[in-house]
Amino acid sequence: MAGEIHSSTDYIKHHLQNLTWGQHSDGSWGLAHTAQEAKEMGFWAFNLDTLGFSLLLGVVFFFLFYRVAKKATTGVPSGAQNFVEMIVDFIDDSVRGSFSAKSDLVAPLALTIFAWIFLMNLMDLVPVDWIPGLAGMVGLPFLKVVPTTDPNATFGMAIAVFALVLFYSIKIKGIGGFAGELTLQPFGKWALPINLFLEGVTLISKPISLALRLFGNMYAGEMIFILIAIMYGSGMMMASFAGILQLGWAIFHILIITLQAFIFMTLTIVYLDMAHQDH
Amino acid sequence: MNINATLIGQSISFFLFVWFCMKFVWPPLMEALNERKKNIADGLAAADRGRQEHELAERHAKDVLREAKDEASTIIAQAQKRASEIVEESKNEAKTEGERLITAASAEIDQEMNRAKEALRGQVVSIAVAGAARVLKQEIDEKAHDELLEDLVAQI
Repeated sequence: MAGEIHSSTDYIKHHLQNLTWGQHSDGSWGLAHTAQEAKEMGFWAFNLDTLGFSLLLGVVFFFLFYRVAKKATTGVPSGAQNFVEMIVDFIDDSVRGSFSAKSDLVAPLALTIFAWIFLMNLMDLVPVDWIPGLAGMVGLPFLKVVPTTDPNATFGMAIAVFALVLFYSIKIKGIGGFAGELTLQPFGKWALPINLFLEGVTLISKPISLALRLFGNMYAGEMIFILIAIMYGSGMMMASFAGILQLGWAIFHILIITLQAFIFMTLTIVYLDMAHQDH
Repeated sequence: MNINATLIGQSISFFLFVWFCMKFVWPPLMEALNERKKNIADGLAAADRGRQEHELAERHAKDVLREAKDEASTIIAQAQKRASEIVEESKNEAKTEGERLITAASAEIDQEMNRAKEALRGQVVSIAVAGAARVLKQEIDEKAHDELLEDLVAQI
């Protein structure tokens, strides 16, 4: 029994470990073969699986959309163009709905965020052992296929969005205006430190909430898939029950992955809209 | 689960994708969408205009039709009037002609009768003379009894 628990724990840990490439403690560069090794690599290490899958999915997205965009006709749209246009129209409506200023960046940004995050989340629906199993066969120690269950990915995007928010805040309001916004409200200039603290928290909470919401949702979803996958190993009855559970959770998860992509996109639009508003 | 340089890589690829999308994907799609929107709007407007024109034409056609009907009925009324006039005229004409023919015929009959009477009278005279001559067994001098004979003829 103890052994079983031990192996379940190992299984979960194995599934939650990224394929990390960095500098070993002995100074050589290479893949981390244990979680401990990955931890010791410090900041200057790369999660190859996160980067690889996110880049791959991004390329898939652009291949699909670029191909359609290149030969977009104004006449009767073909099937693929119809599909792409439906998404583009939906994004455009969302942007028009919540972004009041005029910008060439926000709509493509929103499209990229939505499509990319959706595709990355979609990897969650691939049964948890398929791709890591294949990777194990070719000798990779770990592989995490859902980039959005890696906080690096979500924080990476959130920080990028945050950088855009800062950039546009300063561009639209000027450094003085932005500083004023941070320090002179809500209590007037005599409570400057309090204002700075409150506004600072508001500002910092934007990327953090953006990143953690997506990460938390996807991580939890992935965890449940892993737990369901563990049940396959414990008898016919449990396995068939697990099959039903997995199907149910996967169907429910379709909603979650779309919703999370949409929330990330909408919040990005809203934050950028706030950055564009001059008080 | 460690935070590491993946973060930076992810941010960079994010910016790259956004830039790519902004540059190559969004504008042509939006252009196509707007163009189609415009086309559809134009088409709808054209259809609306067409419908209006059709309505106008229909109204015009109705007017023309009504006018034509009116005209036709006037023409028919006129024609009927004219026809009755003609009938009336020809009736009158026929009547006068008939009357004229009747008068002429009766005049001729009268004439004929007179002539017959004349002829008859002459013959009666000669018969009477012949008869009288036979009766008298003598020749009557026509010249001598001319006056008498004339008187006789007038009496017949």
